[in-house]
Amino acid sequence: MYYECIPTTCTYCGCGCSVVLQVLDGHLVGVLPGKTNPVNEGSLCIKGWTSHEFVYREKRLKNPLVKKDGVFFETGWEEALDTVAGKLKKIKEESGADSIAALASAKCTNEENYLMQKLMRAAIGTNNIDHCARL
Amino acid sequence: MFGSGAMTNSIAELEDSKCIFIIGSNTSEAHPLIANRILRAKAKGAKIIVADPRKIHIAFYADIHVRQNLGTDVALLNGIMNIIISKGWQAREYIEARTENYAVLQESVANYPPEKVSEITGVSVQDLNAIAEAYAKAPSASIVYAMGITQHTTGVDNVKSLANLAMLCGRVGAESCGVNPLRGQNNGQGACDMGALPNVYSGYQRVDDEEVGKKFDAAWGAQLSRKPGLTLMDMMHAIEEGQVRALYIMGENPVVSDPNRAHVESVLKKVEFLVVQDIFMTETAQYAQVILPGVSFAEKDGTFTNTERRVQRVRKAIEPVGNARPDWQIICSLSDMIGYPMNYNEAGEIQDEIKSVTPSYGGITYARLDGDGLQWPCPTSEHPGTKFLHKERFTRGRGLFSAIAFKPPAEASDNEFPLMLTTGRNFVHYHTGTLTRQSRSLDDEQKEGYAEINPLDAHKYGISKRDRIKVVSRRGAIEIKPEITGRVPEGILFIPFHFAEAAANALTIDALDPVAKIPEYKVCAVRIEKVA
Ligand code: SF4
Repeated sequence: MYYECIPTTCTYCGCGCSVVLQVLDGHLVGVLPGKTNPVNEGSLCIKGWTSHEFVYREKRLKNPLVKKDGVFFETGWEEALDTVAGKLKKIKEESGADSIAALASAKCTNEENYLMQKLMRAAIGTNNIDHCARL
Repeated sequence: MFGSGAMTNSIAELEDSKCIFIIGSNTSEAHPLIANRILRAKAKGAKIIVADPRKIHIAFYADIHVRQNLGTDVALLNGIMNIIISKGWQAREYIEARTENYAVLQESVANYPPEKVSEITGVSVQDLNAIAEAYAKAPSASIVYAMGITQHTTGVDNVKSLANLAMLCGRVGAESCGVNPLRGQNNGQGACDMGALPNVYSGYQRVDDEEVGKKFDAAWGAQLSRKPGLTLMDMMHAIEEGQVRALYIMGENPVVSDPNRAHVESVLKKVEFLVVQDIFMTETAQYAQVILPGVSFAEKDGTFTNTERRVQRVRKAIEPVGNARPDWQIICSLSDMIGYPMNYNEAGEIQDEIKSVTPSYGGITYARLDGDGLQWPCPTSEHPGTKFLHKERFTRGRGLFSAIAFKPPAEASDNEFPLMLTTGRNFVHYHTGTLTRQSRSLDDEQKEGYAEINPLDAHKYGISKRDRIKVVSRRGAIEIKPEITGRVPEGILFIPFHFAEAAANALTIDALDPVAKIPEYKVCAVRIEKVA
């Protein structure tokens, strides 16, 4: 039996409480509040205490999906990424970079948001990037 | 205004504030741990003022609770400032030394005498006086607001009015004071800071500024566009007109989160190529041609920035579920295939790059984030981070007062749609419910959507708590169960927006604030019918 505690940050609201994820043999089993953090000082709300519960739900997407004739099929990463990259390149060639747009996410990390805007701006060549959570 | 959409002060400082003015924030339900601080402040003798049409939880702890008519915040705030100026409670030295344009403010709020404001807002003159006195006279005073302020056609006006009020009383740039927006989502602050916006790179550096553009051209080795891009709402329209052919959505569910659901769905059906990256099959993902499975916060490394500008670590605790991959790795692979290689071995290397091109994050490294994180601005590797903003001077130099006139909401009630609808969160669920409704404990607490309705209205329409009602607006209709409660005043309905099958946003209006392009989720006209 191997038990680990990983300090991290709650995934729900903008308070940003510090949480400790409890991991037993590589499996996420629970959440504890971070004690010393000035934001929450050892408390959590009901969302924070239960923030591990959605992680293993059966409905998690486990493989890329591609739609054919209106139905989704599971596929490998190579094929899925190839389809996306190919199609984006084609649309850019035909209609210009500004015919492509992206929405980044207030739920993703800073690094991911940074890379998403870099992808759109540097790789595609457009400033069509926004997210859904304008305050 | 004084620039930047983050809390000027820190969460912990709220505890020592002597007056906390909460407007448009259901703090206990949407930001429970910030509400805790407010309750502690109260225990230490702070006066709590709540301005909210609903009798929300935090209102029970308020010294003054006023229920202003929906969409009348500008009038309310102008009225409060009118009283402060006429009593001579404004911070004269501060105004002189640190602000400009005061005469303009003075002139504009002169048009809002208490009696007139009372008529517009439904708040008594006595309460207006009490708020003005409490806020202006306390040794320290904080303003706390959330989407109840921003999600209006007058959202920017509302925010500017709060800034006016705070500067009028010298409450910006001082400890336990400030203007403090609470971000709804865990990394709403970070998404903005990182340049997930059409007009700025990370750190709010403008894409149409030639200097900035050159810097990023060099840093990224690309010839970058100087033309600001499309906002979310503009993207929707551009898709309808065939100008945008491909849309890539990462970790968002606009079908449920955005106003006017029917419109969003028709747009997603129309776009030629839709890619959705998410951890669950969302309502939005259904419309995609390709779905890429990302991972949860437990399965990746990175940082989030909270509503008080604190950058904190997210640490990988478990391996990705199934064949899902961290979102940053997916973006890198895609970029490689498009012909613009992105070489990062780990998330920390991305932060090293962010630091090199983003002045406010310039001193932030993973090593320094161990512990309690760092609050930006943190420009250098020795800088300790910034507890509250605008201490000596404003970002723009002097704080700028602006004259703001009251404008009524885009939609008013009439004979056909006699009730007003407002939307928000409840304490169990989060946003579109993609995550929380997959959590057994949270789903058990609140399985289904509901509409709060005042007992007098329930009586008028012959509705009992066992009925189901149909709520109809000019844009759509939903069936939902009523919750008969005095929490909402007569004439107002409240629906939380977490539930896709009874989506409040099927009803709401997509009239936008002309500047911030935030939709008016908070006010629209509806009627109700009993479902037979
Ligand atoms: S524990 Fe609750 S209050 Fe803290 S960040 Fe998570 S959701 Fe917000």
